[in-house]
Amino acid sequence: MFCDVCHSKEATVFLTQIVEGKMQKVNLCEGCSKEKGVNDPTGFALADLLLGLGAAQEIEKNPSGVRCPVCGFSQTDFKKTGRLGCSACYDTFAEGLSGMLKNMHRGVIHSGKVPAKLAAARRRGQELAVLQADLDKAVREEHFEEAATLRDKIRRLEIEGEQEAAAAGKPVAPSVNRVAELTTGEAEPIVPKPRKKS
Amino acid sequence: MKLSRIIANTGEWLSGSGPHDQIVVSSRVRLARNLKGKPFPGWAKKAERVAVLEEIRGAVEGLPEMSESFSEKLEDLSPLEKQVLVERHLISREHAAKGAGSAVVMNTAQTLSFMINEEDHLRMQAIRAGLQLDEVYKMINQTDTELEDSLDFAFHNDLGYLTACPTNVGTGMRASAMMHLPGLVMSEQVNKIINSVNKIGLAVRGLHGEGTEAMGNLFQVSNQTTLGEAEEEIIGRLNRVIAQILEHEQNARQILLQQRAETLLDQIGRAYGILCHAHSITSKEALNLLSFIKMGVDLGLFPSKCRLQVDELFIETQPAHLQKGLHAVKLGADERDSLRAALIRAKLKQMPEPEIGKIPTNGNSGSTTTSDTTKPSEES
Ligand SMILES: [Zn+2]
Ligand SMILES: [Zn+2]
Repeated sequence: MFCDVCHSKEATVFLTQIVEGKMQKVNLCEGCSKEKGVNDPTGFALADLLLGLGAAQEIEKNPSGVRCPVCGFSQTDFKKTGRLGCSACYDTFAEGLSGMLKNMHRGVIHSGKVPAKLAAARRRGQELAVLQADLDKAVREEHFEEAATLRDKIRRLEIEGEQEAAAAGKPVAPSVNRVAELTTGEAEPIVPKPRKKS
Repeated sequence: MKLSRIIANTGEWLSGSGPHDQIVVSSRVRLARNLKGKPFPGWAKKAERVAVLEEIRGAVEGLPEMSESFSEKLEDLSPLEKQVLVERHLISREHAAKGAGSAVVMNTAQTLSFMINEEDHLRMQAIRAGLQLDEVYKMINQTDTELEDSLDFAFHNDLGYLTACPTNVGTGMRASAMMHLPGLVMSEQVNKIINSVNKIGLAVRGLHGEGTEAMGNLFQVSNQTTLGEAEEEIIGRLNRVIAQILEHEQNARQILLQQRAETLLDQIGRAYGILCHAHSITSKEALNLLSFIKMGVDLGLFPSKCRLQVDELFIETQPAHLQKGLHAVKLGADERDSLRAALIRAKLKQMPEPEIGKIPTNGNSGSTTTSDTTKPSEES
């Protein structure tokens, strides 16, 4: 039996791991087992190794030749190492990764810790998405009073975000005026409400 | 601070105490983080790695909890020193293999350690004795929050913390407990237990064959998924499974005492005999026999003041630890085996023979001594 990593030497280390009820086996030669830290009692390396092997096969389904515009990483590189090149690779290879992540994890959306610096912006983004959906619905159902209130809320949140970004010394992202797009798209304009000074 | 001074003392996770520390040897939480906009270490050029190293190392050394610390570039450590850190679970084997552009920083208590430019730009871990994953997470989480002030971590709105390997994306967290389970191994229940708790992902390390027999009856229970659940949920799930395994181990020991006391005694006695008289012993054999001695201490066959001595042997008999006091050239396997045997003989000489009377051999009545297994440990 040959080693699952180098495919050239005789396998002498046999590993079994049960992940989420599925049994996975990996056979390694002495050299590769040392290199992969299989005897490391921390156990991180083993999980990574096992999933890394599966991961590499999964992304192969993607059309080859795509390279990360930021770091130049290719799918062949991923196949070889089971690792990505940079954080932008997650967007570059998003399509191939999404199925893999679904198989690998319990969900596909992060629900844990958020860096404090980004927490406000992230919360605002989620709030904006909800408000926007409510606004769409209000306009669709011709509840214009409600739509106007929602539009004010959205505008206030957007301004808040711009101010925070400016305070943090970051370039202000061009503000997307979704509200304007919406009102122009509708046959009947939203009755403008007197703007509150904030 | 010099490494030799730090490693002269065993770490807090070994010498300290914690809840259920007879069976749960240690609890550990590791977080993986990367800097925004920088290629991951495995893909970065050397100059990029060095720049990341300098930035992170400065931030880590500036932490209030790291005022008493050891910090060194991997290229400036000898292979033996790196191996000692691996055997103490302070750095990974993978990290030990790294050269220029990587570093390790740790506090003197050896409860916090930072691997810079391992697979990710930063991997930080907290480790403590016994079952205290919540406390350990609190520790490393606070450190992470402090580091956020000076470092910009790569974070994705949907995927969370971005890591070099997609298996770590999300929380970037791997929480684990090392458990000593001789009772479940002896009563051949360990496979059943693994299967019944597999929903949480139980890693089993072993050599040859099915790999269900881990060295020294030590098993690592850890989360395998990092995306889709909050850190506290993952740890909560782990805690529940660990509590179950703990209970099964305690039950297995009770049953062994009641139904197979003779076998149990025989195993502990033989382990003691071999370890007291062997002149050459491999690391694997030593760990497996020491496991019986450790259980013997739990069961009250050896005085509880011997506990630390036995626990330390688990680490001190590892290849690099054996040689750390020696300035000679690297020893061969044969020389290590005899050195190991000599070290164990010397340590066990200070321990009395197992007190056979403490185990009820008729197999039904006595449960007076068995309650010892559930008592909190008495550290001296
Ligand atoms: Zn190989
Ligand atoms: Zn990239």
